[in-house]
Amino acid sequence: MDILNALVLFANFILVPGLAYGSQLALGALGITLVYAVLRFSNFAHGDTMAFGAMFTILLTWWLQSLGVSIDPLPTALIALPGGIVMSMGLCLVMDRLVYRHHRQVKSAPVVYVIASVGVMFVTNGLVRFIIGPNDQQFSDGTRFLIRARDFKAMTGLNEGLSIKLTQGLTVLIALVCMLALFWFLKRTRTGKAMRAYSDNESLALLSGVDPQRIVLITWLIVATLSTIAGVLYGLDKSFKPFTYFQLLLPMFAAAIVGGIGKPAGAILGGFVVAFSEIALTYAYKKFFRYLLPEEHQPDSLMQLLSTDYKFAISFVILVAVLLWRPTGLLRGQS
Amino acid sequence: MVSESSEQASPVISAPSVVDARTSSNGLRAIAGFGVMAVMLIGVGILQSWSLSIAIINLSLVSAIMALGINVQWGYAGLFNVGIMGFAALGGVAAMLVSVEPVQGAWAAGGTGIGLSGLCVGITVLLMMAIRRAMAPGKGQRWLLFAVLLIGLVITRSVYLPSVEAIERFDPARSGFLGGLGLPILFSWFVGGLFAAAGAWMIGKVALGLRSDYLAIATLGISEIIIAIIKNEDWLTRGVKNVSGLPRPVPYEVALQRNPAFVEWVARFSDGGQEAVRGASSLVVKLSYTGLFLTVLLLFLWLARRAQRAPWGRMMRAIRDNETAANAMGKNVTRRHLQIFIIGSAIVGVAGAMLVTLEGQLTPGTYNPLRYTFLIWVMVIVGGSGNNLGAVLGAFIIWFFWVEAEPLGQLLIQTLTSGLDAENVLRIHMLQHASHMRLVLMGIVLLLVLRFSPKGVLPEQVRR
Repeated sequence: MDILNALVLFANFILVPGLAYGSQLALGALGITLVYAVLRFSNFAHGDTMAFGAMFTILLTWWLQSLGVSIDPLPTALIALPGGIVMSMGLCLVMDRLVYRHHRQVKSAPVVYVIASVGVMFVTNGLVRFIIGPNDQQFSDGTRFLIRARDFKAMTGLNEGLSIKLTQGLTVLIALVCMLALFWFLKRTRTGKAMRAYSDNESLALLSGVDPQRIVLITWLIVATLSTIAGVLYGLDKSFKPFTYFQLLLPMFAAAIVGGIGKPAGAILGGFVVAFSEIALTYAYKKFFRYLLPEEHQPDSLMQLLSTDYKFAISFVILVAVLLWRPTGLLRGQS
Repeated sequence: MVSESSEQASPVISAPSVVDARTSSNGLRAIAGFGVMAVMLIGVGILQSWSLSIAIINLSLVSAIMALGINVQWGYAGLFNVGIMGFAALGGVAAMLVSVEPVQGAWAAGGTGIGLSGLCVGITVLLMMAIRRAMAPGKGQRWLLFAVLLIGLVITRSVYLPSVEAIERFDPARSGFLGGLGLPILFSWFVGGLFAAAGAWMIGKVALGLRSDYLAIATLGISEIIIAIIKNEDWLTRGVKNVSGLPRPVPYEVALQRNPAFVEWVARFSDGGQEAVRGASSLVVKLSYTGLFLTVLLLFLWLARRAQRAPWGRMMRAIRDNETAANAMGKNVTRRHLQIFIIGSAIVGVAGAMLVTLEGQLTPGTYNPLRYTFLIWVMVIVGGSGNNLGAVLGAFIIWFFWVEAEPLGQLLIQTLTSGLDAENVLRIHMLQHASHMRLVLMGIVLLLVLRFSPKGVLPEQVRR
């Protein structure tokens, strides 16, 4: 019975990656849920909006790196981030002006907005691939690890090491800051209250003098910011590949819906639920059980519930399960 | 300024009172549309190659059938099905399973195991259904359901995993899977429709009660799961190792080239040399596929037309146009939607089987949502949602531009950057990535059509 080793193994392979991935999904899901709450449609272009913002950040990072600018030990991408955010805001506003505004004016059915967002997705996807290419891009620098596995083993004398990448730590920290900032904005500022009012009951909000154009503008600005940050953090932590961002759409939608679409807190909760489920259900627990169980009962097989190939399937199965048993999500969002 | 609460929204693309006047001009538009496409395809044949032109036609026909299936779901029931890829894949798997010879050794090694695990799954599902029916909903019922599910899963896995391993270990380089039934491949087109229909029934039961964009997400997710299963369950489909060399419904080029009667026939139109015979054999094979596909397409169009004019078609349109009234009249709207969902998906499944037949191999890796799902939707929207002929025309238009966008894009960028010298980094980069601009082009086409011509090229014809 080696509880400490088991716990460290669990932390290293499930807890830490889950927290990082969950934060990335949560930031992405926040963008989706905001668009749903205020603009009332499911934005299929969100993944590619993340890719677009991340792409510009990468280009700026490369330029800064070529100039020799560095904020070692932190990655240079953090300085380039505001530039990427500005470009992403530009994209979102242009798309809103050219595409969604018309449909708002003619009061199209919700499904038409979704089809329009598919068109926007095509355009954005094509642009990203055209500008930066469809392949993997690396742009992280700075120190890699906060704690290395062997340093941890040396420090504690345990068999199992715990390694925390700098990007993982940054992800959790930045995500936390963003979430707190968003909540402060929504709860404490006038514009935030106006947004919540507009989302809850459009007619009454308009009667109270809320300016819908401004609300829509602010929403897109926030969505652009959150999606760029999420995209850059994901790219730093794993890698940047345009197709991956499109694939992330499904877990992000699952996260938003599981938590309760239209509710920011739901998006965050959903993000972590989906991330931890994906990781926990596809992990091979053989070593874990070896530490916990006595000699006679040690397992032979991998003790893996589902193969890692089914990671995306899991987020979807969770989504379907939630839609069947609790359609408004865990925190009972909008229907 | 004050917006009213949105009523039950039928797709904005259909507005019967306005479209009524267009019924006569639609015929002319259809002829004009198809005429233009014919001219362009002949142009490609002359300027590039006839082989390419017919290849475009073949894939357009397959996409047209997929678009037809989607149009049935969208036009009759307003269902936004984003799971086309999954249904096409199910059809493709059917094509493989029907036509490939069974691998005797693999069946001996793991066949019974797979059968047993299938039985376990069936029993678990039946038990769960029985519990749902017998017990009152509540905490007790949920816990029991969960327990049964868990136990069923554990038992199934214990039987399933060893048999899968045994099957995949049997001659993995050449098979490593169970094989199929060894029946003629044309039969698989029908089976593909059945597979897709079965899949649609299961999905529809779960997802059809949801709001339109939830349905989109649900169907997208389910198609991803189907593709994941096909890619990973090697014992069934060989996964990413692909199953190639599927039997053909048309003769092989080589067989034609060796046939003296064929060589004589070719000599009448050309010099009779090796290359002419080879070129002619390839064309004849492709044209045979065209004939087969065209037959299926015309059959479906005829069936759809008959359904449209029948009372059933009128009822479906009436339900779509005013669901509340239909509900009040006692029509079970969800059941009707399920019917439409199954029929549309079955059509897509047939097209999927046809595609795999054309390619002669099942390659799960090539099923990607952009090419299958979203491109088909662009075809439906551009061609005219709610109009079957429009969906077909849309398929031809969009597929043509999808294929020709690459050479045309290269040409465009070459002329645009002709001022720059050949070594210019920007020019090289743009030429390399020109193919991605076709995604942008498709997106722009979709957005323009949605905004300026939401009814598409061939709007829906209203029949009273």
